[in-house]
Amino acid sequence: MYYREAGDFKTSYRADQQNFPIRFDRIHFWVMMALAFGVVPFFINDYWANAVFVPFLIFAIATLGLNLLTGYCGQVSLGSAGFMAVGAYASYKLMTSFPELNFFVVILLSGGITALVGTAFGLPSLRIKGFYLAVATLAAQFFLVWLFNKVPWFYNNSASGQISVPRREMFGIPITGPETAASTKYLVCLVIVFVLGFVARNLTRGRIGRSWMAIRDMDFAAEIIGVDPLRAKLSAFAISSFYIGIAGALFFSVYLGAVEVGEAFGINNSFLILFMVIIGGLGSIYGSFAGAAFLILMPVLLKNVLVGGLGWPSDLAAHLEFMIMGALIIIFLIVEPHGLARLWAVTKQKLRLWPFPY
Amino acid sequence: MKSLKIAALAVGAVALAAPAFADLVFPSLSYRTGPYAAGGIPYADGYQDYMTLINERDGGLGGEKLKVVECETGYNTQKGVECYEGTKGQGALLYQPLSTGITYQLIPKSQADEIPILTMGYGRTSAANGAVFKYVFNFPANYWAGASGIVNHLLDINGGDISGKSLALVYHNSAYGKEPIRTLEELSKKHGFSVTLLPVDHPGQEQKSQWLQIRRERPDYVLMWGWGVMNSVAIQEAANINFPMENFIGIWWSGSENDVRPAGAAATGYKAATFHNVGKDYPIFDDLQKYVFDKGMTAGAGDQIGTAIYNRGLYAAMMAVEGARKAQELAGHAAITPQEMRDGLENLEISEELMNNLGMPNFGPSFKVSCSNHGGSGDVGIQQWDAAAGTWSLISDFAPVDMEVIQPLIEEDSAAYAAEAGVEVRSCN
Amino acid sequence: MSPDFLYAVEVLLNGLMAGVMYSLVALGFVLIFKASGVFNYAQGVMALFAALTLVGIMNGQVPFSHLINAVFGTSVHEFGWHVPALGAIALTAVVMVIFAFLVEKLILKYLIGQEPIILFMATIGLAYFMEGFGDLMWGADIKALDVGLPKGGSIWIEENTAWLAAEGSRFFGFFIDKLDVSATLVAVVLVIALTLFSQYTATGRALRAVADDHQAALSVGISLRAIWVITWSIAGFVALVAGIMWGSKSGVQFSLAFIALKALPVLMLGGFTSIPGAIVGGLIIGMGEKLFEFFVGPLIGGATENWFAYVLALIFLVFRPQGLFGERIIERV
Repeated sequence: MYYREAGDFKTSYRADQQNFPIRFDRIHFWVMMALAFGVVPFFINDYWANAVFVPFLIFAIATLGLNLLTGYCGQVSLGSAGFMAVGAYASYKLMTSFPELNFFVVILLSGGITALVGTAFGLPSLRIKGFYLAVATLAAQFFLVWLFNKVPWFYNNSASGQISVPRREMFGIPITGPETAASTKYLVCLVIVFVLGFVARNLTRGRIGRSWMAIRDMDFAAEIIGVDPLRAKLSAFAISSFYIGIAGALFFSVYLGAVEVGEAFGINNSFLILFMVIIGGLGSIYGSFAGAAFLILMPVLLKNVLVGGLGWPSDLAAHLEFMIMGALIIIFLIVEPHGLARLWAVTKQKLRLWPFPY
Repeated sequence: MKSLKIAALAVGAVALAAPAFADLVFPSLSYRTGPYAAGGIPYADGYQDYMTLINERDGGLGGEKLKVVECETGYNTQKGVECYEGTKGQGALLYQPLSTGITYQLIPKSQADEIPILTMGYGRTSAANGAVFKYVFNFPANYWAGASGIVNHLLDINGGDISGKSLALVYHNSAYGKEPIRTLEELSKKHGFSVTLLPVDHPGQEQKSQWLQIRRERPDYVLMWGWGVMNSVAIQEAANINFPMENFIGIWWSGSENDVRPAGAAATGYKAATFHNVGKDYPIFDDLQKYVFDKGMTAGAGDQIGTAIYNRGLYAAMMAVEGARKAQELAGHAAITPQEMRDGLENLEISEELMNNLGMPNFGPSFKVSCSNHGGSGDVGIQQWDAAAGTWSLISDFAPVDMEVIQPLIEEDSAAYAAEAGVEVRSCN
Repeated sequence: MSPDFLYAVEVLLNGLMAGVMYSLVALGFVLIFKASGVFNYAQGVMALFAALTLVGIMNGQVPFSHLINAVFGTSVHEFGWHVPALGAIALTAVVMVIFAFLVEKLILKYLIGQEPIILFMATIGLAYFMEGFGDLMWGADIKALDVGLPKGGSIWIEENTAWLAAEGSRFFGFFIDKLDVSATLVAVVLVIALTLFSQYTATGRALRAVADDHQAALSVGISLRAIWVITWSIAGFVALVAGIMWGSKSGVQFSLAFIALKALPVLMLGGFTSIPGAIVGGLIIGMGEKLFEFFVGPLIGGATENWFAYVLALIFLVFRPQGLFGERIIERV
């Protein structure tokens, strides 16, 4: 009834090209943003921030990054957590070496450094494809974790081998360190997510995104029509790593505050991010958010229902959590292999016609 | 919107889990799943059984019931954060995170939230300096004390001279595994032995290279800082190369039944450092039998009772309860706050007499916590495995370690932390 | 001969045998990938589950005892009997066949014709499920597994090779683990059996036909779904063998699921579709990572094996993108 394009005429190219061509979508989006920026910060507490919102936002960035690479350019990577570690250690080194540097500059630079590293590890993609490439990226994962663990310079020779975030302030408000308020953490992440989401959306509908998709769909054909596979693949790796590096830097500095590389950036997180991409929907910006939300919220929800709600022993609940997560993933893939984004698109399609089916 | 619905459900679920504030709440961040479950299960069982005993036998502490809120972390830092935030609001008095990674997370938070944490035999070693780490306790022993305790044991069995001996350290290639290296290097200068470092990458299922090297170089003693599957594989490999087991000594996290059993009879003679006693030959186990096990209130399957890590859980719970008792005494009321709990822990004194009264004679070293010393005495004993009997036995009683070497290291590392994190060092006089 | 050279030879021999252990895991991957194009990430968890089931049956554990006790307030743990190793292995094999049947019935049936990455994700979902299920069924504690395989270094080999180095040098004879030797024998028997099976039985030929071309196989009346059940059963059996070998070494516990990560570089190197590739790949990876750790490890701080295996495979791949024995990837434009 509400969701339709009838009467929504475009009178300029600009209007025709906008991100949300349907008015209802547009309104919906801005209402969501208003809620996220204007309402949530006033109600958020430590639990909601640290258990739900901040990890969701950070993983949404990482998922966006991997989706650019896997969903848009067709290169499967299992090294995401390793690249997150690069971002985290880069931000740590930058923050401790240049204490005066603005936090957002640090985050951007960390992303840049990760982009360089990611490009280097993307080189084999020029030769290797499919699962072989996926497994090859595990080399990056294991090597990077080993490196950060082995070379004391990365953790400033501290006796513990862990890195802890120093306290940083902006406008007199702490934004990293233990005194950071829940709403500050949330807002810092939200702002970055908003900007990066906007950039990603526009990248994918521009020239570079189209060249990625051409490579994904058929690399030979893409080459024939003039897409340079070297540039397309490496730029995908670079930009994807940039996003993932930023996610890693935030993961360390805003979310956890102290990390040990093997534990926080282990292979589990690489798989988790890939899950998010696929559950959300390959090649979809909205899907990246939906996938991250699903996989962050689901375990928390299950745990609260099983342990808090039903009062089961925590170990039984944890085993069941694994089983339910596994079963849900399988069911999702069976019901809609193209992820939550496709489900949403199908729903929208139905909404357009509702309540008259024809 | 799907995500909104999920969020709404989550709100409902959290609301359902609304806490009751009346009790003394002790969260147990346990891991009964995941790669380290074998170590996490007995600990969580012991912790909870002791609390149940206090409730059942004494009707709680000072009239207040103890409440253990168990939260599964799976040894995962992210889940640990969720657990911390989830239980914090329920009036948690004391955290024992049982994971080095989660501990590092919580150290800065403890200061901000003013909730004490106690890390027995793990976590950040330099937290022993109470002047810097106001809310963190790591008595009665830490990794550096463990390393020194093992070296002391070697001194003992060698008549006080181990110069020219060679040691090899097989360690988990992580922050935890690297802990003893500094101490061992300092000690090697002092006593004139040599140390070879052999890192093993997580999870440590394949250690052929390391043990072939040990077989080639034939060190006199092998030390191990391992965890999880790495322990049992290492002990098996040591048996395979016929390394004399009595010269193979692990830290306390490498000293549980789980680690030695898979190797069978070959593991006899293997030693491990410990800061609490072994077996179930204590009056408290009779009480546990009567008030907990017989009533069917055991926390787990009940098959872990008396194992090394079960006892550690028991011991950890005892510390928490005694700290709370002290806190009640100081505060003059039963419903203590986390800050009062902190004061209680800081004034804790575990004497032989107290342990006798608790039905745990010589269960651990006797020590005193103070403002400047949050690490206790650091006394370390050595236990040895007998595969035929299936028991550990304490072969060397809790003895002081070389604080001369360790104290400067603690000072240095805590000062570095204070500078980095901008912590104000309080005065302790 | 100089001791240093002999040490290198010893490391090489042990590397080869470690490689066999990796191959055992990789074999299961290859079998399934060939027959159904599914990259089965759950292979490691299947090994864990098989080993857990084996120990559970041998010790007469009550499955789901913890759940039963929590729900009904009972306290059952054991049936109180002990099943001999061979009987338990047979029973476990039956369980794995049932498992294969269920996987086909509940998952694969619905995913026919999906993209490889979707199938891969489904097996990761399966792995999650099995991790929880195995723990729930048999408990998460560590279990000793002893099916009567010999363990420990072989004294005989040690004594009979000690003369290779000059008197007085620090060489003590080659160290060969008896368990590794048995693993090698088992692997040889397994590969021979698999080869015979696929060459000389009707089912085996059907398997190969399906591996070659699904549509052609269907058109001559081979039931794709029956073949998938058979393949997953065989892979389940291979997982059981791998589980026994790795479980005897380290005890049966959760980390067994991680052996999949040791098999991945083997697969890359050998090619996802070749059984000989899995064996040769395993040997090269095992040998390569051990020699690297021996020669270069001490210079850069050790513990290099995890990543070096992948880097080694990567180097090979740059020259042969489909793995040593993999089928050439032919793309239509």
